[in-house]
Amino acid sequence: MERIPILRMGKFLLITIQVDMHDTTALALQDDLMAKIARSGARGVLIDISALDVVDSYIGRMIADISMMSKLLHARTVLVGMRPAVAITLVELGLSLRGVKTALDVEKGMELLAAALEDGDAADQD
Amino acid sequence: MPPIRTDWVEVRAESDIVHARQLVRRLSSEMGFRLVDQTKLVTAASELARNTVVHGGGGRLSWECIAEEGREGIRLTFHDCGPGIADVQLALKDGWSTGKGLGMGLSGTKRLVNEFEIESRPGRGTRVTITKWK
Repeated sequence: MERIPILRMGKFLLITIQVDMHDTTALALQDDLMAKIARSGARGVLIDISALDVVDSYIGRMIADISMMSKLLHARTVLVGMRPAVAITLVELGLSLRGVKTALDVEKGMELLAAALEDGDAADQD
Repeated sequence: MPPIRTDWVEVRAESDIVHARQLVRRLSSEMGFRLVDQTKLVTAASELARNTVVHGGGGRLSWECIAEEGREGIRLTFHDCGPGIADVQLALKDGWSTGKGLGMGLSGTKRLVNEFEIESRPGRGTRVTITKWK
């Protein structure tokens, strides 16, 4: 079965989804990612979907679940690169991905994660 | 009027959900649908193909490129011989779910297309037909 690679960049993990995913590939990604967060202590996850021309309810749910699961493992998730047509379709489908943080591209997503981490660390010290 | 082109494919395995998406993307792109409409139709096809595989135990996708009253469109029919749906009206409501999805499958799919028809009877399978006009 195909597996989506998870790259480590400092305190963050980067996932770039470039294939039209099978449902089981999406599930495997969830498992792999949670294991990697637990092992590495990563504090942030960036999911780049700029190559995806379709996000249906199954993939949408997987993204929302990853965001919630990561939070329980003390990591924040930012979804980046959603295409305009995908955003329009997701909302009409009824999936608003509430609770999922987004940024336009990988660079802005990294900034968001870094800023969130600084804020979080400051809060921890209070 | 007869369809310009028509054919069908099996929708049995999980990989067929991916194939159905790719097929509908190709058809809608060849027919010159706007990108947003392509995306909506491909997404609708993905939802219905998954229903066919997961709930219907596999079935078929029949597709037609059609032209009538001066407009062109694509009509997709997903047909399975699975357990069927007892209460179709209920199944079309937002939030209705068998527990595997978000309860957006049928009602959400309906919003993505221009025409949506569903026929289902317990023990007799389900047939969903959607049409998107260009």
